[in-house]
Amino acid sequence: MDHIDMHRLKQGEVNLGTSIMAVQFDGGVVIGADSRTTTGSYIANRVTDKLTFLHDRIYCCRSGSAADTQAIADFGHYYLQMQAQTLGSAPAVLTAAAIMEKMCYQNKDQLSAGIIVAGWDKKTGPSVYNIPLGGGLFRQPWAIGGSGSTYVYGYCDATYQEGWGKDETVNFVKNTLTLAMSRDGSSGGCIRMCVITEDGVERKFIPGNELPKFWEGKEVLGEATQKALAAISAVSDVAPMAVEV
Amino acid sequence: MDHFPTNWGRPRNDAFDAYGTYPISQRPYNGPTTDAFSDGIQHTQQPIVTGTSVLAIKYKDGIMMAADNLASYGSLARFKDIQRLHPVGNNTVIGAGGDMSDFQYIQALLDQLMIEEFTEQDGHSLGPSEIHEYLSHVMYSRRSKMDPLWNSLIVGGFKDEKRFLSYVDLLGTTYSASTLATGYGSYIAQPLLRKAVEGNEDVLTEDEAVKILEQSMKVLFYRDARSLNKYQIAKITADGVSVSESRSVETHWSFAEGIRGYGAQTQ
Repeated sequence: MDHIDMHRLKQGEVNLGTSIMAVQFDGGVVIGADSRTTTGSYIANRVTDKLTFLHDRIYCCRSGSAADTQAIADFGHYYLQMQAQTLGSAPAVLTAAAIMEKMCYQNKDQLSAGIIVAGWDKKTGPSVYNIPLGGGLFRQPWAIGGSGSTYVYGYCDATYQEGWGKDETVNFVKNTLTLAMSRDGSSGGCIRMCVITEDGVERKFIPGNELPKFWEGKEVLGEATQKALAAISAVSDVAPMAVEV
Repeated sequence: MDHFPTNWGRPRNDAFDAYGTYPISQRPYNGPTTDAFSDGIQHTQQPIVTGTSVLAIKYKDGIMMAADNLASYGSLARFKDIQRLHPVGNNTVIGAGGDMSDFQYIQALLDQLMIEEFTEQDGHSLGPSEIHEYLSHVMYSRRSKMDPLWNSLIVGGFKDEKRFLSYVDLLGTTYSASTLATGYGSYIAQPLLRKAVEGNEDVLTEDEAVKILEQSMKVLFYRDARSLNKYQIAKITADGVSVSESRSVETHWSFAEGIRGYGAQTQ
């Protein structure tokens, strides 16, 4: 192995292309993701579940290398189980986020992982933490991540309002992910969402053929024959010596 | 000030900047612009705005070809209303994958060619096999200049009661069969097309042909990350060429509702 290129996936490695997001609202958080996993431009899994359980009221959204994020999430799940057992109560979302951040930061050279941790705990209520590539930890009212997120920063900035209820937040996530999936080749398939509140976790699923419709380019009408010849005949001031059609 | 006495009394030569008065970019230069190595300069490009698979089959009445309406910019689904099936005259359709700017150039080239042939007024018009032969020469000669037209093309047509279906690409490679596909289609759709069509070319009806193309476009939409569920089908028969309006395939996702996690997760 001559040269290791950090920016390329290893042979056979699978990419979680992705559009993921998490939004905080009054009673909880809504997290959402697309369902596409790609190897280059081949869709290895079109029905992936990128919303990963860390604890009863804490989930994470995974983007980047599928292998890396699964390994990190498995560790996170394990550490939180231990923590909850020793502590005797449900862990805080910040704790979960800090555990994930520690792994991402200390192994930053080897990893390609963008993770959003979100959930509800007794002390703080709902919270969302974004852990992008370098392993930094950023608490935000709403967070987007993955390759598809770049296309929807404008939409999110223009649309987000504080003080939304559950339904408006679910709608925001649904529309944002649909737009991202519509433009990003590495995102697509279905939308999976979880609404995490004090009372529990509600899973939502929107199949790929029931996504909201946005502008998909102009109407494409079929082109008939003789495009070029039609143009010639349309020029009426030129009388051809002989016309053979 | 000119210090050289042999120049005194003779016409001034402004092309020579003796004191470097002007910056390098503005100094006059009247010498040769090519050197001995100019021929070694490569122009090989990389494709930028690209189209994905094209599928084509022979059926009872002629040829059917399908291609989606997407032109991608890397992984960005940039233009979603592009027609990648181009009719040439009354008898031929070209379907193109690969660089879309090179395809636009090919379209202009072919339109120009058809006009020139028309003006000959000799009772002949160019059919699919002539178009294919012409394109294969163009593609190979560009490849040999290390400046390819970065496309994979399928030429399909119907003339003089004969069906024609051939492939030509950026290397100048050509081949012919009763089912052809480019890009991901050649891996994913070809087995499906072959199973349905091979041996049945003369009995396959129009509806059956549409069905097999739809089925293939569906699988491509499921598995090609650079595809779009908006495509057109072109039909070339004794009645001429027709390219349909865009349509989409029905996709199935409901089975995925119950899937959780990637390993042991149950919630």
